[in-house]
Amino acid sequence: MNKLLGIAGLILVVALVTTWLSYDPATGNFPFLSSYNLENLLRRLGMFGVLSIAAAFVIVTGGIDLSIGSVVCVSGCVLPWLLGSCGLPSWLALPAVLLLSAAIGLWHGFLVVGLRLQPFVVTLCGLLIYRGLMRNFTGDQTMGLGDAGEGLRWLATGKIQITDGFGLPAPICVLTLVAVATGLIWQRTVWGRHLFALGRNEEAARFAGVATGRLTVMAYVSCSLLAGLGGCLFVLDVNSAQASNFGNFYELYAIAGAVLGGVALRGGEGLVLGVVLGAALMQLLSNTINLVANSNQLEFAVVGAVILMGAAFDELVRRWVAFRAVRRKKTI
Amino acid sequence: MLLSAHGVSKSFPGVLALDDVSIEARCGEVVALIGENGAGKSTLMKILAGLHRPDTGSVLLDGEQVDLHSPIDALHRGIALIHQELSLCDNLTVSGAMFLGAELRRGPFLLEREMAAITRHWTSRLGLDVDPQTKVSSLRPGQLQMLEIARALRSQARVLIMDEPTSSLTQVEVDRLFLVVQELKLKGIAVIYITHRLSEIETLADRVVGLRDGRNSGELHRADVSHDALVHLMVGRELSGKIRRPHQPGEVALEVHGVRTRAYPNAEVNLSVRRGEVVAIAGLLGAGRSELLRALFGVDMPLDGSVQIAGDSLPLGDPRKAVSAGVALLPEDRKSEGLLLSMTVAENLSLPTLHRCGWWLDRKYQSEVAEASIQELGITCSSADQLAGSLSGGNQQKIVLGKWLATNPKVLLLDEPTRGVDVGARAEIYRRLDDLAQDGLAVLFVSSELEEVLLLADRVLVMRDGEIRGQLSGDERTEKNIMLLATGAEVS
Repeated sequence: MNKLLGIAGLILVVALVTTWLSYDPATGNFPFLSSYNLENLLRRLGMFGVLSIAAAFVIVTGGIDLSIGSVVCVSGCVLPWLLGSCGLPSWLALPAVLLLSAAIGLWHGFLVVGLRLQPFVVTLCGLLIYRGLMRNFTGDQTMGLGDAGEGLRWLATGKIQITDGFGLPAPICVLTLVAVATGLIWQRTVWGRHLFALGRNEEAARFAGVATGRLTVMAYVSCSLLAGLGGCLFVLDVNSAQASNFGNFYELYAIAGAVLGGVALRGGEGLVLGVVLGAALMQLLSNTINLVANSNQLEFAVVGAVILMGAAFDELVRRWVAFRAVRRKKTI
Repeated sequence: MLLSAHGVSKSFPGVLALDDVSIEARCGEVVALIGENGAGKSTLMKILAGLHRPDTGSVLLDGEQVDLHSPIDALHRGIALIHQELSLCDNLTVSGAMFLGAELRRGPFLLEREMAAITRHWTSRLGLDVDPQTKVSSLRPGQLQMLEIARALRSQARVLIMDEPTSSLTQVEVDRLFLVVQELKLKGIAVIYITHRLSEIETLADRVVGLRDGRNSGELHRADVSHDALVHLMVGRELSGKIRRPHQPGEVALEVHGVRTRAYPNAEVNLSVRRGEVVAIAGLLGAGRSELLRALFGVDMPLDGSVQIAGDSLPLGDPRKAVSAGVALLPEDRKSEGLLLSMTVAENLSLPTLHRCGWWLDRKYQSEVAEASIQELGITCSSADQLAGSLSGGNQQKIVLGKWLATNPKVLLLDEPTRGVDVGARAEIYRRLDDLAQDGLAVLFVSSELEEVLLLADRVLVMRDGEIRGQLSGDERTEKNIMLLATGAEVS
């Protein structure tokens, strides 16, 4: 909980600094606070937040999913194809894409649980395979939505007007739904309880009668399903996808957001709220760089540096606490 | 008869862990199971709890033969094992851990309030005064032990198997545990209680079953229980008159002053070992012996204290400097700490000394060292290029010894040097250590095998709770005296 407050505080500080640094003396405006910028920021947060929750699902079991970006690419290319070339109606195309994504997760789960392969290897190969297949499938052509799926596009580009100038973008509503559902699953259901138990100590969970294998598979399915949902949002947002770069590196954004939000890579630890805050900090930083430097060349470097500092700070605090505990024990 | 095992045998690759062992427990009875380390107690207990299946023999519950194929199966039949290694998932809350795998639910949702109420009921009955929402990771070892018991009772266990439950408890917690056990007895629950502490057996046990070298070594009834009778049950065999070369101690090679380890921050260790002297550290598991050796070698940083090698003070917490000062450690866990199992015999043997030949891999040196050690220690392998992991335990241990001897140490530390080593290799290791002592090496070793301690050591230091509680030399060095010191009784 303290950690969440820390991230929230950091978000606040970065937001204030950005507001100040992006001040335009000529017009007297604060570009960061413009409703255009805020809406955009929230829209991106909605989409990347879904991916971070996807990554967290697998990380709490002690695994990792590196294929998220490529699954985004798959759903981003297949959705326009189904809507356009196949002429499927929206209400059929979206579930079909989600089903395909879930099937990818099922396949990962089978390889990890059934064949006992390392999650890192399985999903790293997934990362390469799905992108390669998609590039071949589309012939490296841009897959455009055109006029198809007009209704669906609201999910990505629509907004709920709050005031005259500002509306809540639809993706942030999608993220809210996903986050609430995930929070309920993690905190309130038997499934979530078992997921965290096996993430910390798989043997102990198994000896307590927890169906560890099935649960792990379900975690991979949830992850890919959410990654697929994220992919749909991205393609609906920009209207087209190109297999060679659509969703590139998104798995790293997703994992970084989750880890920054306090999901421990060793498993069994994490809160959905933390994941959302972690993703928010990532998007905020990228926004800051765009506004302040007017280019995104430094983006990766700054994001990397922030995560590194977070990890180092975390480790130092942990050691300090352990050191104090030993000292206390000594004086008794 | 509630639970019994008859004629149970179990072997693991290369070891016959249990040989025709039987044990019985009645309703409302506390049966103590005693034996030295490696006597087969844990294997027997794991068979009763469904973690292992016996090769031959049968387990009977209520007089009917049962096939326990998993711990959860045993638990459903009412047999619960309270085992420290199988610790809980410590990211859960107390009530989460109580109900793990058997959550109360409505549809997919957890009934947290109901579970907390039942948890509170059981924990308060056991005197475990914690909120059900407390994280398991913040409990003390004694509280964890109580939580495990509460969990077993919650699942309606009729047989409770407790593996050294008091090893990490304070005296107050021990007293409370004893009260709980007495209460369980009255309820008709059978308790199988494994312990090293003889005083606990005198307080608690209705019957004592002894195991030695994987066989039943006898049984005592409550009326017959005495310290001497128990020690006899554990140790049993008469000491055969093995010949030990008298070592001639020279000047002090290892001087340890005021070393405190993290395991026992309040206990100070002082000791010294002379050149040509063989000193053993005896004691029970968890007495802080391995932690001491690890601190001396520098793989763990001691809290404070000083170590001198042949008069020069040794920087602490730096194994690399320890090696160049002439210290070597044969670690407790051969497979993970002693060897690189996926590398060859020659690569393992040359590892600590290879850097002395400069930057480039000196393959000639590597094979020379390997050949010399293989000759000297009688390592049986098809070639020096065989993978270390494919050798027997005894040959692996000889490799660990050989690689350290190649560094030409002044002080050799060994942690359980013959664990999992067959009889032949064991004798060769003993002979080699004896020779080395003759040549002026200072040897300090930890061993749980009393026979080995008495055979090799000139002096025996006995540790308990992180402190050296006594020193035995000459005629005082008897198995009985060691056990008495290690379990906390006075030397008679």
